[in-house]
Amino acid sequence: MVPDFLIQFKEFISQPWPWWVAGPMIALIMFILLFFGKEFGISANLRIMCAADGAGEFSDFFKFDWQSQGWNLMVALGAMFGGYIASHYFLGGSDVAHVSAATVESLKQLGLNYEPGNVPLVPEFYSWESLFTLRGLIIIVGGGFLVGFGARYAGGCTSGHAISGLSALQLPSLIAVIGFFIGGLVMTHLIFPILF
Amino acid sequence: MKISRYIFVGILLGVTLYKAEAVSWFRIYEMFHFQSFHMYGIIFSAIIAGMGIVQLIKRTHMKSTEGQEITFHPKDRSVPRYLIGGIIFGLGWALAGVCPGPMFILMGSGYTVFVVFLGAAMAGTFAYGLLRTKLPH
Repeated sequence: MVPDFLIQFKEFISQPWPWWVAGPMIALIMFILLFFGKEFGISANLRIMCAADGAGEFSDFFKFDWQSQGWNLMVALGAMFGGYIASHYFLGGSDVAHVSAATVESLKQLGLNYEPGNVPLVPEFYSWESLFTLRGLIIIVGGGFLVGFGARYAGGCTSGHAISGLSALQLPSLIAVIGFFIGGLVMTHLIFPILF
Repeated sequence: MKISRYIFVGILLGVTLYKAEAVSWFRIYEMFHFQSFHMYGIIFSAIIAGMGIVQLIKRTHMKSTEGQEITFHPKDRSVPRYLIGGIIFGLGWALAGVCPGPMFILMGSGYTVFVVFLGAAMAGTFAYGLLRTKLPH
């Protein structure tokens, strides 16, 4: 018999989380890692994985003590578990992105037609079949490549620069985040109309 | 024990970003259209809470569990690498609708095609490693 308060707790956290819960929670995660003597930066895992696969033979960039960074791989592994747990146990019966009515309208211009309140969390083009379409291939392989290349070139991604860097008032992180938004706006407003 | 605590931190991150819909391509699309405060709320509230945390750590000279004082390494001063690298990352972030955190989270939630995305991201990182000395920093 599961106690009532546990069932209520499960129902409570199965609702979509508002921004004012998620933001401080991310800051708490950053604090926990700092408290453990580490730094919050997820994209560093890509470099660690390259190094672990022997990329050090090709570039000194991958010659570092990656074994000492194993903790970060555990954060990534935990994030995978977290995704599994949230999607299998705390969905609250729906798997939708509660985007604004304006967004539902502008998605129509891309040929993505959804009823308001029925936009999926993950778009249909994230499937194996979609790899055999040009658009799916560009999004999955092209998007992945740009994210991996850009994150390392800039020295960090959303967690390392936007959260950790800006929290510590680092000017380079502000420049990087400005870059994130220039790139994001160009993609969304100038390239999407061609791609879709 | 030491390893399991990082897995726990990751679980916290995964559940949070999933439940706040930050893993959604549509939320990123919405953000770059300035059609909702949601993503900005997440980022701004994380930064504001984070600033308080950093100040607290600095003022109290807080020690980590490793016994050393927690320090913040100033990043190298430069513009090109952060701006150009940032723009490239931003292009990918908007295109794919995911950054590295959500990539792992969605892979775990059953979208196995993100294995390909991870491979492409590693290829991108590898390409940077090869080209690094030829790129402006």
